[in-house]
Amino acid sequence: MTEQELETIYEALASAIDFAGHKQSELLLAKIALALSDEIEDQAIVLSIIEECKAGLDAPPID
Amino acid sequence: MRPADRGEFDSLYFEYPHFEAPARNAVEPVRPVAIVGAGPVGMVAALTLARHGIRSVLLDRKETFNDGSRAICISRSSFHILDHLGVVAPFLEKSLAWTTGRSFYRGQQILEFSMPDHAREKFRPMYNLQQQYIEAFLWQAVERSALIETRWQSEVTGLTSEPSQVRLTVKDPVGSYELPCEWVIASDGARSPVRSMCGLRLRGENYEGRYVIADVQMRHDYPTIRRALFDPASRPGGTVLIHRQPDDIWRIDYQLRDDESNEDATREENVRACVASVLSEIGHSGDWALEWWSVYSANPLLLDDYRHGRVFFAGDSAHIVPIFGVRGLNNGIADGHNIGWKLAAVLQNEAGAALLDSYTPERRGATLDVFENATKSTRFMTPQTHGLRIMRDAALSLALTRPHVGGLANPRQMTPYTYADSPATAADDPTFNAGPRPGAMFQDVDLEDGFLSGRLGKWFTLLTFGDMPWRMPGVTVVSVPSDGEVAEIYGAADGSAYLIRPDLHIAARWRRASPESVEQCMKKLLWRRD
Repeated sequence: MTEQELETIYEALASAIDFAGHKQSELLLAKIALALSDEIEDQAIVLSIIEECKAGLDAPPID
Repeated sequence: MRPADRGEFDSLYFEYPHFEAPARNAVEPVRPVAIVGAGPVGMVAALTLARHGIRSVLLDRKETFNDGSRAICISRSSFHILDHLGVVAPFLEKSLAWTTGRSFYRGQQILEFSMPDHAREKFRPMYNLQQQYIEAFLWQAVERSALIETRWQSEVTGLTSEPSQVRLTVKDPVGSYELPCEWVIASDGARSPVRSMCGLRLRGENYEGRYVIADVQMRHDYPTIRRALFDPASRPGGTVLIHRQPDDIWRIDYQLRDDESNEDATREENVRACVASVLSEIGHSGDWALEWWSVYSANPLLLDDYRHGRVFFAGDSAHIVPIFGVRGLNNGIADGHNIGWKLAAVLQNEAGAALLDSYTPERRGATLDVFENATKSTRFMTPQTHGLRIMRDAALSLALTRPHVGGLANPRQMTPYTYADSPATAADDPTFNAGPRPGAMFQDVDLEDGFLSGRLGKWFTLLTFGDMPWRMPGVTVVSVPSDGEVAEIYGAADGSAYLIRPDLHIAARWRRASPESVEQCMKKLLWRRD
């Protein structure tokens, strides 16, 4: 994926989170994650990504 | 600002000169050009005019250079301008060249980026040098020039526009007087008095993003690599930038929270405490001395038109830009160089007055380009909404395992702007498939017996490929082989030519050129009637 494409996705996700608001942003992101998993159709990759993303969270929680 | 026990110009490493008020006559002749503000932009404009044989008077209300290091990053394109003006030597000797930046998230490095560089380039992508040195080195050349008269301690307090001239009212220690001139370049800074006198205002979207910029002197062992610390322990939730400067001076920029007022943040004890905690985070345990500090607010604002009759705005008087793009100074230098050659061309009847109307589209376009890039950087450095903040933190966190995602933290340091659709550039020849387009800055190349930049003329340069021993009045012809690396970079074949303007931007290019087509093109771009 090009940098520009990644950036467009970054922006779209940011405005979707703002659209969903604090109460529903977690639900929104979980839906997006499930939908992407459905598209990828590869359980092993998705599970390894989940582990990978957990790993970055050892720092204190964000705000 | 400086520590309580030192005066405003009492620097740890820089000797500020004192400039006397001018000795002047009772009656002032009409000057071709008056330049208001002897900062880097005003001095570049004066030197550009002088290079083309035009006299100017340079006015500044201060009695020395600016009080602190302020703009510290000079880009490659600015070095090319300084080189073309014949003043680059002291800059090269004193400044620190750099190509690399590193970003850290909560103490861990997540990105190292390098700006494009190549051995065929004469200059590096970026150089760090304190603004006082920039001013001092330009001043050496300004002082030497017989065509520039500088008047320090001379404040412009009034401006009257007439059809054929502008009358400035200037106040110095002796009194007030009128200074008539044909043209004015207002390079009098972000709070430009000339802009107010013309009834103009900067406009744009306001978003806050305030940084304390502080210099410390210390022996600190780290290469000249720009460091950006996201969410560091020393400033939780904020961003910190660290730059190395000459003379063991280090710049620490740290973002202020919404609940920190400028007044509190700039108190000496608070600056000391913040700097100390940043230094401890980067592992500096030795002594350090606080040199100077200020606040930088990052609101992108600009004028609707950089021209107001016979007055041209250049630098911060025309546009103020966010901190991350390192383009305040560099954009201003390009402004001064751009308006300089155009005014000279018109004053010497080399061009019609309509050439001056290309200044705003070219340089305002460049500012809008800066804004676009800076907005992207700002969104990352200072996220404005909850969504942007979550995505920023997610990208930074993910960058630890995915370097590609870390690329989102790349601050997009400047590349020179291409003057597309300018009335002072020609339409492109679509048969080229490589090389700089009309409006782009020229591409420097190593010609083996020196760089192309060293062969460019004062005025227009025609770069020809193959056996084309042309002579054109007023145009410097540089002939290079039609095969080899240079021809490849320029996408050129036998018979191709590039016309390069005095400000180093490409005016036009032809895959197959003829002297007549070049002549016709220059006539058109310069609005000549002959």
